[in-house]
Amino acid sequence: MGMKFVVLVVIVLAVIAIAQIMRVYELSSKIRGSREEDIDLRVNNINASLMMVFLIIFFGSFLWMWSTYGNGMLPEPASEVGVEIHWLFNVNWVIVIAIFFLTNGLLFVFAWKYSYHPDRKAHWFPHDNKLEMIWTVVPAAVLAVIIILGLMTWNQATGPASDDAVVVELYAKQFDWTVRYSGDDNKLGYADYKLVGSAEDKNSGDSYANPLGLVTDNSVRWRVLGLNNEISALDANIRKEANDSVAYSQANLNKMIAKVEKLERIRERVLDMTGMFGDSINSFAEDDFLTRELCMIVDQEYFFVLRSRDVLHSAYFPHFRAQMNCVPGQRTSLKIKPIFTTAEMRKKVDNPDFNYVLMCNKICGVSHSNMKMAVTVVETQEEFDSWKNGPLATNAINDSIVAPANIDTERMEWPEAAHHDEHGDDHHDDDENHEGEDHDDSHGH
Amino acid sequence: MSAAAHTDHGHHHKESFITKYIFSQDHKMIGKQFLITAIFMAVVAVILSVLFRIQLAWPGESNSVLSFFLGDTWAPEGILDRGMYLGLVTIHGTIMVFFVLTGGLSGTFSNLLIPLQCGARDMASGMLNMISYWLFLLSSILMLYSLFLETGPASAGWTVYPPLSVYEEAIPGSGAGMTMWLLSMTIFVASSLLGSLNYIVTVLNLRTKGMKMTRLPLTIWAFFVTAVLGVLSFPVLVSAVVLMLMDRTLGTSFYVNDTIIAGEVLEQSGGSPVLFEHLFWFLGHPEVYIVLLPALGLTSEIVSTNARKPIFGYRAMIGSILAIGFLSFIVWGHHMFISGMNPFLGGVFVFTTLLIAIPSAIKVFNYITTLWRGNIKYTPAMLFSIGLVSSFITGGVTGIILADSALDIAVHDTYFVVAHFHVVMGLSAIFGMFAGVYHWFPKMYGKMMNAKLGMVHFWLTLVSAYGVFFPMHFVGIGGAPRRYYDYSVYEGFDSNQFDMIMDLNVVISIFAIIGALAQAIFLFNFFYSTFKGQKAVQNPWKGNSLEWTTPVEHMHGNWPGEIPEVHRWPYDYSKPGAAEDYIPQTVPLAEGEEEH
Repeated sequence: MGMKFVVLVVIVLAVIAIAQIMRVYELSSKIRGSREEDIDLRVNNINASLMMVFLIIFFGSFLWMWSTYGNGMLPEPASEVGVEIHWLFNVNWVIVIAIFFLTNGLLFVFAWKYSYHPDRKAHWFPHDNKLEMIWTVVPAAVLAVIIILGLMTWNQATGPASDDAVVVELYAKQFDWTVRYSGDDNKLGYADYKLVGSAEDKNSGDSYANPLGLVTDNSVRWRVLGLNNEISALDANIRKEANDSVAYSQANLNKMIAKVEKLERIRERVLDMTGMFGDSINSFAEDDFLTRELCMIVDQEYFFVLRSRDVLHSAYFPHFRAQMNCVPGQRTSLKIKPIFTTAEMRKKVDNPDFNYVLMCNKICGVSHSNMKMAVTVVETQEEFDSWKNGPLATNAINDSIVAPANIDTERMEWPEAAHHDEHGDDHHDDDENHEGEDHDDSHGH
Repeated sequence: MSAAAHTDHGHHHKESFITKYIFSQDHKMIGKQFLITAIFMAVVAVILSVLFRIQLAWPGESNSVLSFFLGDTWAPEGILDRGMYLGLVTIHGTIMVFFVLTGGLSGTFSNLLIPLQCGARDMASGMLNMISYWLFLLSSILMLYSLFLETGPASAGWTVYPPLSVYEEAIPGSGAGMTMWLLSMTIFVASSLLGSLNYIVTVLNLRTKGMKMTRLPLTIWAFFVTAVLGVLSFPVLVSAVVLMLMDRTLGTSFYVNDTIIAGEVLEQSGGSPVLFEHLFWFLGHPEVYIVLLPALGLTSEIVSTNARKPIFGYRAMIGSILAIGFLSFIVWGHHMFISGMNPFLGGVFVFTTLLIAIPSAIKVFNYITTLWRGNIKYTPAMLFSIGLVSSFITGGVTGIILADSALDIAVHDTYFVVAHFHVVMGLSAIFGMFAGVYHWFPKMYGKMMNAKLGMVHFWLTLVSAYGVFFPMHFVGIGGAPRRYYDYSVYEGFDSNQFDMIMDLNVVISIFAIIGALAQAIFLFNFFYSTFKGQKAVQNPWKGNSLEWTTPVEHMHGNWPGEIPEVHRWPYDYSKPGAAEDYIPQTVPLAEGEEEH
């Protein structure tokens, strides 16, 4: 507090001192009879010269920074589309820098050249249709070129991936990434956010984890078990209150009851998923595997399907000049074909520690700036296979752990059962359509 | 004096202290109230930016400035809290965009100049105008109050994208802080709408005799189109805000879909965060021009007056203001190229966005041609106007890069974007605001600001502003995402890049601190001149427009006698055949004189 007081006193004293100096200045100008709006030719010329000085420093520092940093701040693009974007960037830079120099140059040169002189009168020049036509048509023509080139690259970057592209999922959540490779069938198994979680069978001690919410008949049964466990735990707590063994506040009790009801509703929706998909579809997930690192093979195209568990994220690969948002409840996509391996890139940037990186580039919470993943590009399929068989990759879903047979999958008895049944059929249809759309999306390429 | 004119004088009743200075319905006083409030908000926002710039240049280091302002709660041992970093960024952006450059700029100068330059006794509704200010003050107070909440202010970025802004469990600032933000913004929009409606009605209905639309100063044209943009786009923000409030409190799912927050599976399903982005940017992009157009309008007037030359291409200038206003409604998607929106739609937005470059280019070339063979007087206002044209160019050309969706993939949400919009919108608008304050200070306070201090203020501001934002482009091209607490992410991947980002960040922060300190010169000059400045004369800059025909002293009703009649456009500077180098709008055309 003492420190703050001292700072405050110093500021107040400084302001008073300056005010006194100003007072002296004002008095002296009053004696001289000069007014603030009067133009002092000497000062006016200084300002005009400063326009020129500024222009030189401005352009000079730009050129210096361009030569020091320029486009070279990021190493050369390491993906096929990245090369196109980089080329387009350079074309645009030429145009943009030319306009920048021309217009800023004219502005400051005129500002310097036509500074006030009492003997001169400004040139009466209110408009000129020809000139105005020129600076309407010329920019329009230049922009047409920019638009056409831009859209060509845009279509290339967002167009369909080739048939042999490897399908990979990037799953974002606060604050990490998970990669799901589609495995040998090159098809991602279906996923649903309601299945995310883990469950433990208390009888056998088996436990089952489904971090990405993949859909198989088995995973649905495990999820029902997990929800049953949660519900019965809450139920037990509520019963304790009923038996007067624990005293909860009414608010707490209401909260628990609401949660049970919610879990029951979710369970209902999960149960709707059983038997919805045939065996062939459910087998897509069996060969999927998860890793915490992304490994790609050079010159192989990858088609990424992006998902988010919680908030918006953005998959940003600066070195591949690739970026796309991850939107909760929606699947977005991105394609990358790396053209340099990590080893090649290390040589290019002359840095043995260089690594490609995937970052999050949409504000996603307190640790947003820590959300990253290592990316490696290898030369051959063999290298990839040995990486895959290493410690990093795990099965996306371990369906060899079969859900116990005695899971209670009976629908809950709802107090307003009659009411529920009335609309039951419609509701069911809606759900089915909804799920169907979701799944089409994941194979939209 | 005719009877009709006499009823006009009904305004001339005696004003008490309260009705003159506090609950004033006089447009000039309300303009000043907006200005003072905006200056205060700007000081807060600048301090916030200095705080996070300190973190960015010297990440994780203990700093006594941080502990001075943030205390142990948000800067334990002088190290900035991660959550508060995002809070600072969010509130800095919100205050600057809405409270300083929208409320402050339009509120001050539309209020001050629309009646004065149109030749009206006051705004169409003094009461609505007064309510508009008091709502603005209320929303400002709520926004500032949110900084003192236990869980911190809103911290999901000034764009408040859901679901991050919906769930307290996703980020602490989305609790009470976000509620406060939404409340404050709703009130702010109400204020802005009352103001805008008033401006539109006044411009359309209360122009004095002879003041055709094609004789209006460009300032009024800019304010008019700005107000129309505000009326059409701000309600969309309110609806976006109300839907978000419902998602937060009533469990609806307009913006949320299939999410798991803090391990809990939520039932809200079927909405889309992308919907919010559409609604937000449907306001958000016109908002850029709501900020920019008034500044360009002020500059048009100041450049012409001080170059002693008519503004070049008056009708083209009006045309480009209208074109920019129209186009600003069909370009919002360029903020969403990589949001998951259909790429074809992205292509359409590339086209419409780049079209805006044409009217912008026309404006720039017209300003430059106005300077050509002029007789330029360097008042502080003129200096800032030239600064504005420069920043409008420099920020505008990088817009060409960002409007190109293919290039946007590479630089979206990096510091390149931050640099771009700060230069084109932030700097241009704030330069325009400074220019306006220096130029119309005599009209507001009847005093002159010190010109020499103004010049020092300008040069320091110009150099430090470019010093901040020029290197920032390179940081962005170098792949530095915005809203990052630090760049340690690069340390383990590419140490070269990390070093470059850090070097430039230090340079940027030093310039930011210099630039912030330089504003003290302005503050001192402003408040000193208010009380002790040299007494102004009626028409210090030898201007043509109507406000320079009113008395120097504050007067409710603006003109003591009848409102003057207008006979010509406001840009008859250095007209051949005239004795003086200016002819006020009230001077009738001489025999055989062409209008222009």
